[in-house]
Amino acid sequence: MNSFLEVRNLNLSLKAGMPILRSVSLNVAAGQVHGLVGESGAGKSMIGKAVLGTLPRALQVTSGEIWLDGVNLNSLPTAERRKTIGAKAALIPQDPLTALNPSKRIGPQITRRLVDILGWQKSDAEARAVELLHEVHIPDPARVMKSYPHELSGGMRQRILIASAFAAEPKLIIADEPTTALDVTVQKQILRLIAEMQQRHDTALLFVTHDLGVVSKTCDTLSVLYAGKVIEEARMRRFFTRPIHPYSAALLKATPTYTNPRGSLTPVPQSVIDATEREVREHDMRASR
Amino acid sequence: MRDARGDVTRPIGARLWLSGAWLALLVLAALCAPLIAPKDPLMQDLFLGRMPPFWVTGAEPGYLLGTDSLGRDVLSRILYGARLALIVALVAGSLTCFIGATLGLIAGYYRGWPDRIISRFVDIWMAFPPVLFAILLIAVMGPGLVSIIIAIVVIDWTRFARVIRAEAMSQGAMDYVASAQVAGRTRFGTMLTEILPNVLPTIVALLTLEMGIAVIIEAILSFVNLSISTDSPTWGGMIAEGRTSVHQAWWVLVFPLITLFLTVLSFSQLGEGLKDRFDPVLR
Amino acid sequence: MMYEIRDLKLSFPDISRKPLLGPVPRIEVLKGLSFDVPKGVVLGIVGGSGSGKSTLGRAMLRLLEPTGGTIRFDGQDITHTPEEHLRAVRQRFQMIFQDPMSSLNPRRRVGAIISGPLRLHGMTDLRSRVNEALDMVGLPRNFATRYPHELSGGQRQRVGIARAIALRPEFILADEIVSGLDVSSQAQVLNLLEELVRDLGLTLAFVSHDLSVIRRLCDRTLVLHHGMIVEEGATAALFDAPQTAYTQELLAAIPLPDPDQPWR
Repeated sequence: MNSFLEVRNLNLSLKAGMPILRSVSLNVAAGQVHGLVGESGAGKSMIGKAVLGTLPRALQVTSGEIWLDGVNLNSLPTAERRKTIGAKAALIPQDPLTALNPSKRIGPQITRRLVDILGWQKSDAEARAVELLHEVHIPDPARVMKSYPHELSGGMRQRILIASAFAAEPKLIIADEPTTALDVTVQKQILRLIAEMQQRHDTALLFVTHDLGVVSKTCDTLSVLYAGKVIEEARMRRFFTRPIHPYSAALLKATPTYTNPRGSLTPVPQSVIDATEREVREHDMRASR
Repeated sequence: MRDARGDVTRPIGARLWLSGAWLALLVLAALCAPLIAPKDPLMQDLFLGRMPPFWVTGAEPGYLLGTDSLGRDVLSRILYGARLALIVALVAGSLTCFIGATLGLIAGYYRGWPDRIISRFVDIWMAFPPVLFAILLIAVMGPGLVSIIIAIVVIDWTRFARVIRAEAMSQGAMDYVASAQVAGRTRFGTMLTEILPNVLPTIVALLTLEMGIAVIIEAILSFVNLSISTDSPTWGGMIAEGRTSVHQAWWVLVFPLITLFLTVLSFSQLGEGLKDRFDPVLR
Repeated sequence: MMYEIRDLKLSFPDISRKPLLGPVPRIEVLKGLSFDVPKGVVLGIVGGSGSGKSTLGRAMLRLLEPTGGTIRFDGQDITHTPEEHLRAVRQRFQMIFQDPMSSLNPRRRVGAIISGPLRLHGMTDLRSRVNEALDMVGLPRNFATRYPHELSGGQRQRVGIARAIALRPEFILADEIVSGLDVSSQAQVLNLLEELVRDLGLTLAFVSHDLSVIRRLCDRTLVLHHGMIVEEGATAALFDAPQTAYTQELLAAIPLPDPDQPWR
């Protein structure tokens, strides 16, 4: 099985020295959806940012490799790396409100990547954009192309961002909490749409979320992160039926579930947190040796 | 899980120290001018006109930074000029800040008709060309320290009103303001205890900036001969005089100019530095 | 009855569509709501974004003035009571806010945040009351000297709860108080709230978009959609047999952490 995305022993830290990711490795193959779960501050978004080369200035990669479609990104010069990432990977962002430029029409915002990065003709890019808007089930794409973001609903904007992510036929899509800002009914439609697009285009999908419910509906495999360390890697069904790591099991029990009001929403026991913290410290000791 | 941002400590900026040190030096110079100034700043000696500063050949001992065309000591005049510059900066800056910030706070927090009245007033006020306005004002009131201060306040209070209004408005939308209301605090009380502390860093930054601007405005007015009478030394007045003889005696122009530049820069840097330093919130 | 609400209406002026002349059009956010909140009940108010659930909460606490209908709090009509007369009642109903970062004044220490309302209502012995409130929400007493930004999200929300209960109110409105928290702290905060409601005999209105959380905490549930009550009833009954299409759709859309849930 060839991986579209392979992350090997990625270490990331604040420039001041504090570790953010601790020897993270993962593989995502074509047509596969891999979930990254964890609580806020666990570093799950940082993996996606490291792959896309959009890390905040205060962070730096201290070691590790990122392979995208058989190319080691670290071995490329900066300009080339940008180009490779732009052509092969795309992001579906969290907040559909801030991800679109409010002062520009939708059309140019979708076609920009095609024209700038892939060097398409403007007319070709526009035809492709209309086709994509059709694909994400937007009625009257020609009108939407001429609209401004504020004229559209949140769900509609998220559809546009999905269309624009798939525009350049990327090999890898990174979805960073793509439905957190949406209502549950809209969330369902959007998650279905992402799955549909991912299957049709046979892309690898890295799905970052804090919501285990969403993971169970979208992912084939997943990694659970705690303090920047992958504490469990599993196939989806196995994870939900027999989680191995005590922290994973505790997280599952803490997730609210209306069908099981008394059995869910159990706080993560302090003993589990302490044991997991110990594990992280042990990892750091080994790494510094 | 702990928030990593809490662990980041900010170093005390060099700019805070440098700008603070320069301003402290200036205050000292202004206070002790009669003691430390080597000469009487008004004493003329036409035989010693246009003497260069000490490191240039032909310098007259005792006149460290040279003399102007009337033979007055440049260093002494700069030291005495600091008095006026600082008085203008402190008094005009604080008054401008007080008036502008109060109106801005009321407009931004109370909204409604107080906001409509104040904002309209600010809009109309800002439509006047400021320098012309000041010149007109001083022409009517006659030159002098008080006129200068009034002119600066009149020109610049709108800057505070606008910025503080916007800041108060965004703070007013925060939930801690609603929570003060839930707790039963009065509107006025909420403004003073909840909003004001949160706009204070902005006010301080603007205040120091305004002090720098006041020094500049005073210099500009001196330059066009509309400031205090020509007897008392001002930096602006010195620059104006120096301009006429820049080819023969560059030092008459350059030294007050450097002093003015460093002072204005220090004021603005001090404001930024203070804002960073005394804001307990990491943004 | 803690609250009796009849035909409650609230609208905002829509400045974005202001015509050059003539009156500003208004957006109706609450379109005539009627319901009761019995004493000692935990009422869940659920709905999507734009359903008016937060506006309803703020109207109940009279942070907003209704444009129609009546709100009775413990028999007293507070619909249009001016702010200076409301102050006497305010001690009796309190609120916990969604975003603890914005509802806690960043320039105040935790102790001052909790004691502020106490002082306003003329209470004495502030120090021991603050300590008691911190004890009740399970925070160490020395947290009184910290600033909000020095705390974690869950701890901040506990401070928000401590501030509300320190006044010993009869009614508390909790507006989306766990939606910004991680599941592990979510569970802790909800357990804490459940305990406090029981120990202090509080009446609680819990506004949330999360049906799973409502199911866990609330005795009664009110479903809002576009400013109208779609369904109201005992929580267990409402979840087991939702009567309206909207509630059914809402329930069916929730992704449960269970790979066997029929969801697609």
